[in-house]
Amino acid sequence: MNKLIFALLLALAPMLGLAAGGGAHLDDAGIDLGDQASLQRGAKYFMNYCLSCHSAKFQRYNRMGKDLGLTDEEVINSLMFTTDKIGDTMNIAMTEAKATEWFGSPPPDLSVISRARGVDWIYTYLRSFYLDDKRPFGVNNIVFPDVAMPHVLWELQGAQKAVFKLEKGSSGKDVEVFDHFEPVTQGTLSAEEYDQVARDLTAFLSYIGEPIQMERKRLGVWVLLFIAVFFVLAYMLKKEYWKDIH
Amino acid sequence: MSMMKSAVEWIDTRYPMTKVWNEHLAQYYAPKNFNFWYLMGSLAMLVLVIQVLTGVWLAMSYKPDSELAFGSVEYIMRDVDWGWLIRYMHSTGASAFFVLIYLHMFRGLMYGSYRKPRELLWIIGVIIYLAMMATAFFGYLLPWGQMSFWGAQVIVNLFSAVPVIGPDLGVWVRGDYVISDATLNRFFALHFLLPFVLAALVFIHIIALHKVGSNNPDGVEIKKGPKGNRWSDSAPADGIPFHPYYSVKDIVGVAGFLFLFAAAVFFAPEMGGYFIEHPNFEPANPLKTPPHIAPVWYFTPFYAILRAVPSIAGSAFPGVVAMFASILVMFFLPWLDRSPVKSIRYKGLLYKVLLFLFVIDFIVLGYLGTQATTDLYKLMAQIGTIYYFAFFLLMPIYSKMDKTKPVPERVTE
Repeated sequence: MNKLIFALLLALAPMLGLAAGGGAHLDDAGIDLGDQASLQRGAKYFMNYCLSCHSAKFQRYNRMGKDLGLTDEEVINSLMFTTDKIGDTMNIAMTEAKATEWFGSPPPDLSVISRARGVDWIYTYLRSFYLDDKRPFGVNNIVFPDVAMPHVLWELQGAQKAVFKLEKGSSGKDVEVFDHFEPVTQGTLSAEEYDQVARDLTAFLSYIGEPIQMERKRLGVWVLLFIAVFFVLAYMLKKEYWKDIH
Repeated sequence: MSMMKSAVEWIDTRYPMTKVWNEHLAQYYAPKNFNFWYLMGSLAMLVLVIQVLTGVWLAMSYKPDSELAFGSVEYIMRDVDWGWLIRYMHSTGASAFFVLIYLHMFRGLMYGSYRKPRELLWIIGVIIYLAMMATAFFGYLLPWGQMSFWGAQVIVNLFSAVPVIGPDLGVWVRGDYVISDATLNRFFALHFLLPFVLAALVFIHIIALHKVGSNNPDGVEIKKGPKGNRWSDSAPADGIPFHPYYSVKDIVGVAGFLFLFAAAVFFAPEMGGYFIEHPNFEPANPLKTPPHIAPVWYFTPFYAILRAVPSIAGSAFPGVVAMFASILVMFFLPWLDRSPVKSIRYKGLLYKVLLFLFVIDFIVLGYLGTQATTDLYKLMAQIGTIYYFAFFLLMPIYSKMDKTKPVPERVTE
């Protein structure tokens, strides 16, 4: 009986993996946080394309430099375009009021966006802008319908249109379901190169979401090893004490 | 050595140090047949200590201010030395506490640990559980994320559903007409206070335990059995001194627990959105309701019961009553069980099956509480709710019907 119940509790574990999902299909981001070159490229794209409208107000420049293998000078010379100090966090000059006037809603801070949305969502989002005349900036997004953001990376990716197909919905009526993208104009990058840009940016956003995460896992291995040894010693001690209990 | 001895004597004439040590550890005789399930209590105490210590250190950098709270948590995660570890230990500790307490309570259900003479011990335990839930609820608002805010909004609105006094009660709890800075401040104060109440309740729980003595997997009263063991002629023959036997055994349990705990802290602190919910990484926004609001996993069985009960005349009050009743019914458990035996080992197939189904029911309700309602889920939650209450309320009948086996005179193994 005990074992049965215990087995059931264990059977619960995979259920924990089924975090709330739903919505559009998300592609696997395939990021590698051990790939420092990818993170450095992601930082470059972030500074060039994102940081004028989005802040990352909990992330310090010098912490990023340290974690990404860059010196303070390298960060100042090639990644910082404002008058910020190296120890500052990544703030922007645009006020919330101005942003609301321009975009309809202020662009969210991106410090922990990877933890709110998930890396696969971000990777898919960056690759899912399509032409839509009904939107103020002429683009819409499959994973974030009616998003206020323009397609900032359009020069790299080029423009694409979304092709929808008709499918039977749960109510029996035909509904439009996204099928695939078709390129309209050629960007400066190939599709594969653009995917890599999206992946680098996603990796960087994942990094700033939790700068300690690599160190945390590295340390965790040693902590578990220590506890495992402690467990063996504790178990032997218990065995020794309990020898005479029958 | 004699220095040591005279120091102990000096203290003992002024404070019952040796007496307390003996009565509660060195000469407290516990049944020798404790199994795995008897580790949960001491582990829960360990987690309480972890929560208090990490909590105090978090409070040194946390700011209970609606403008600053979210940022101060990120400050702890990034700029405070080892702040990330302290914070993850605290957030994981909250879930671990509930895991251990649910296993601890399940142990009680299996071995009849609530039966005479342990009724008060059980009742104090249920009060501890309630205090834990209150502590966890207050604490969950503090990170001031979207789920913190809207979760608190939903729960406080439950109080507003009480007829007549409801709206005033809601304002009284929040300190405002909406969840606001005032609410955050008072929740922080209460979240800091309650663990000390909890510690006092745990103390009372242990005093009650040591008065009646521990139950065991056989449900045999060792105090009623033969007397005399290696350490004392008057102690129960099947008892062994808690220290060193169970202190060294509990250390093995501690090591095993810490392995799982550290695995969660270092490798899965969010636990796929169950320990730390994804929407909580967005700062609280009173103007933007998240598409789906779910409390943290340890509250979801009761949340499912709340949603399963249909509203009457547009008031969710019946659901609120059902939810509170689902916890309060536990207080009556000692008098609902009429079985001639305590332990599941000597109960018949009927109780084994019903308890097994109860565990499944609790898990299914917990799952349903995390999901958005659909017609099917609502029906499942309603069946689950009926079974939950039937398990308790029909116990006086089925516990008497059940075919039991003879209970041995002495503990087995």
